[in-house]
Amino acid sequence: MASESRLYRWFNRRGWSDIVLAAPYVWLLVFFLIPFLIVVGMSVATRTPTAPPFGYGGENPLLNFEGYHRLFTDDLYIRAFVTSLVNAAVAMVLCLAIGYPMALGLTKVDTGWRNILLMLVILPFWTSFLLRVYAWMGLMGKNSWFNNLLTGGWNWLVPQDWAVTSIPMMYSNFAVVLVMVYTYLPFMILPLYANLERLDPTLDEAAMDLGTKPFGVFWDVTLPQSIPGIIAGGMLVFIPAAGELVIPTLVGDASSPMIGRVISDEFSQARDWPMASAVAVVLLVLMVGPTMLYSHYQARAVGADDPK
Amino acid sequence: MRRRPTFLITMLCFGFAFFYIPILSMIVFSFNNSRLATVWGGFSTKWYGSLFSNAQVGRALVLSLEIALLSATIATILGTMAGIALARFGRFRGRTAFSGLVTAPLIMPEVITGISSLIFFILLANYVGWPASRGFTTITLAHITFSMVFVTTVVQSRMLSADRAIEEAAMDLGSRPWQVMVDVTLPVISPAILSGWLLAFTISMDDVVISNFTTGPGATTLPILIWSKVKLGVTPDINALATLTVVTVGICVFTAGWLLNRAEKRRELERRLAYQINE
Amino acid sequence: MPKDAAPPPLIRVENVSKSFGTFQAVKNVSLTIDKGEIFALLGGSGCGKTTLLRMLAGFEETTGGKIFIDGQDMTGVPPWERPVHMMFQSYALFPHMTVEKNVGYGLKHEPMTAAQRQDRVREMLDLVQLTPFATRKPHQISGGQRQRVALARALARQPKLLLLDEPLAALDKKLREHTQFELMSIQERTGVTFIVVTHDQEEAMTLADRIAVMDRGEVKQIGPPGDVYEFPNSRFVAGFIGSITALEAVVEAIDGVRTRLAVPALGGPVQARSVAGLSVGQTVTVAIRPEKLAISRAPQTGDNVFEGEVKDLAYFGKDSLYRITMPSGALISVHAVNARRSAEGERVVDWYDKVWLSFDPTSAIILTA
Ligand SMILES: Nc1ncnc2c1ncn2[C@@H]1O[C@H](COP(=O)(O)OP(=O)(O)OP(=O)(O)O)[C@@H](O)[C@H]1O
Ligand SMILES: [Mg+2]
Repeated sequence: MASESRLYRWFNRRGWSDIVLAAPYVWLLVFFLIPFLIVVGMSVATRTPTAPPFGYGGENPLLNFEGYHRLFTDDLYIRAFVTSLVNAAVAMVLCLAIGYPMALGLTKVDTGWRNILLMLVILPFWTSFLLRVYAWMGLMGKNSWFNNLLTGGWNWLVPQDWAVTSIPMMYSNFAVVLVMVYTYLPFMILPLYANLERLDPTLDEAAMDLGTKPFGVFWDVTLPQSIPGIIAGGMLVFIPAAGELVIPTLVGDASSPMIGRVISDEFSQARDWPMASAVAVVLLVLMVGPTMLYSHYQARAVGADDPK
Repeated sequence: MRRRPTFLITMLCFGFAFFYIPILSMIVFSFNNSRLATVWGGFSTKWYGSLFSNAQVGRALVLSLEIALLSATIATILGTMAGIALARFGRFRGRTAFSGLVTAPLIMPEVITGISSLIFFILLANYVGWPASRGFTTITLAHITFSMVFVTTVVQSRMLSADRAIEEAAMDLGSRPWQVMVDVTLPVISPAILSGWLLAFTISMDDVVISNFTTGPGATTLPILIWSKVKLGVTPDINALATLTVVTVGICVFTAGWLLNRAEKRRELERRLAYQINE
Repeated sequence: MPKDAAPPPLIRVENVSKSFGTFQAVKNVSLTIDKGEIFALLGGSGCGKTTLLRMLAGFEETTGGKIFIDGQDMTGVPPWERPVHMMFQSYALFPHMTVEKNVGYGLKHEPMTAAQRQDRVREMLDLVQLTPFATRKPHQISGGQRQRVALARALARQPKLLLLDEPLAALDKKLREHTQFELMSIQERTGVTFIVVTHDQEEAMTLADRIAVMDRGEVKQIGPPGDVYEFPNSRFVAGFIGSITALEAVVEAIDGVRTRLAVPALGGPVQARSVAGLSVGQTVTVAIRPEKLAISRAPQTGDNVFEGEVKDLAYFGKDSLYRITMPSGALISVHAVNARRSAEGERVVDWYDKVWLSFDPTSAIILTA
């Protein structure tokens, strides 16, 4: 039609799709990729007493690997990485141990109840993360009813010499792991539930019919089919737990910090931007493997790429 | 031969106790008369009083809501666009890079997002002169960036499971692709867009790490305020604040769940009636 | 009949009922099945066939009555301890195991060496001709092959009883007919007792030694295919198996093996084979199968001859179906084999022709229920 302006024609043809694609693309390039590349570049810059506190080129070396060098020689950093990975791994295993039976249990209750219970699993998600951490600070502290209860139990169980006035829970890796399990448990339960819920119950019956007792059925039929859910849920706990900052800062042991806290402290307290960036880059590299595992298995967990 | 899965039910009870005992404890102690937040000293509502008379809390709440509303809305628009592109545009050039860009913020540790945004904003201010100071603008920009990808995930998965035949039908009836998107696809996926918005809103309301890095003097969101108080230890008025949060969120979630459930039931009933008429 | 000499039945189902809440899915079913039999449970959708099967397998508890397998009371015996295996309607193959592993799965619970187990799996795969597919996963084989994996898996442990829930329902027509015979030959070779659930009467007739016809949770009739077809005991069974024309009738006279009935729809008396317990004046149903009627354009005389007009005809090649309007307005179906090719100039039965229908007194079935 002659009345169609060129702009209108362009928009109809492909302009609209170009816009739909370009807007988020450009946004992410500017506000995510460029900042990220700046951090990568920063990790080989040199720290200077200027503002901003780094130099790049000029009298400073073009590529300064001092940050990476320190990272692999100063055992503060190595310890921090190990602490982070161990804490995250322990939290992941505990989440699995608690979350798996819960997810499986959810598939067994009748639908009316199930929806309510699922809502109760998700509910903490919508409340403040910070406040959930805070709740445990109250419980773990000296003189709290929870600590008194545990102390009483301990003193009753062990010989008198071992009796304590309170159990030192706060500011330890124990506290960090406990709170991580508490806050990340829904991340484990939900993908596992999605995986278990779509399994065919007649397969269980077929196994029973062929002579397998209920526990054997779990082992032979349910567990192998839920491996994608286990891995997806596990990574969903492990990845954020390894880089966690809030929990170790609030309840962790300041003398053996986790890596997130190291990055934050290097950056804000020591004002050593290149060092903080180097640690961040290494943390990201370490997370590549778990991330690939996650993206490979999460589609399978919900049957998105079923062969049929 | 259906046996009660006793072990699983026990684990469920245990798990839900684990989920809710800390929260209940917080609620109970919000009515504690004692200054010590964890030792019971009689019933009192004084912490609520001190909370309501604290103008700082009110200002922080308003700032958080403003940021969350604005950033969730923009994040939903951008995130939905990205979801549409990934679900419907097939194999366009740069698709791999784009889908990588959309997934990366999901798994990026918050600390790293926080420092990279901060460095970016500082350099931008230094070399471009904008944003002149950090605060509302920088927090909102950072929130949009990392919450839009959550919207994308929700929208994309909903679109992938939606029936493409209705879109083809609309095209067959003469609609341009963008008209199909507006007339057919968006209405169909609107529940996903709404839940994407809610997710973005919650993420923004809840965020402390990234806000803390990208904020400047004077811009204190509610999580930043709580963070600065909690870092110093347990204080009873936070219990009151937590109780109010839990109650508000609980009411919202259960009302939403109830409404959805009712709508679902009505649809089910209508479906059954329709079948009966057909038979 | 002197029953004492016969061996005791393998399966005895005694007054078994099953309720889901207030809904009775199975009502007071009793039946016995002998060793080596193929027994078919036939009935419409939702009549309780699967439920009865699941009670035999042990997945559902009976709410009344008892089930004995090989003389042993099965009440409270869990599925994994019953000498009964099931082939599921959906096949229920384990998606994470290969064909081989699926077939060998039940053997885990047998006291066998690994080598014996392997031999047995090989033997089973051979039996169902799946040896080349041993290492594939279920989603890499066709529907018919999956069906055979399910069969091999259920047979591997040599159960006393094999339950097959709609074993052929998911296959296309051609494959279904072929597989019917394969099932029978496998049953013959293994000697395992089969209970086959189906809603397809032809399948039941082809496969089974005996058939139980079910309706709304009740067993209506049990017997060999021929008996159930030729001597149905109720209108339901007569109508469910094959097609039938059922007409209202009143008993006029009973004379030994013959009974005379007044059938208003046909406009005259019908001679039929007597059944027990009739009395003069009783209202009954007389039923005639379409293929038992002869149709002719030439006038006929004698007993059981009626005149009508062709309203409809369908020519299938080897046979034809006619619908005849009687003077009373009643419609009668006739199924005739086209045994001869019509000679040149000879007129075949056509629309609106006047025709005479006749049938043998033994073909008319008197139904009181
Ligand atoms: N677990 C259950 N709870 C409630 N009702 C049930 C249950 N299982 C079956 N029923 C009901 O019992 C009746 C018989 O079901 P069953 O599955 O035995 O039918 P069927 O004869 O196998 O039918 P089909 O040929 O469709 O497979 C149906 O009306 C069904 O709705
Ligand atoms: Mg069935």
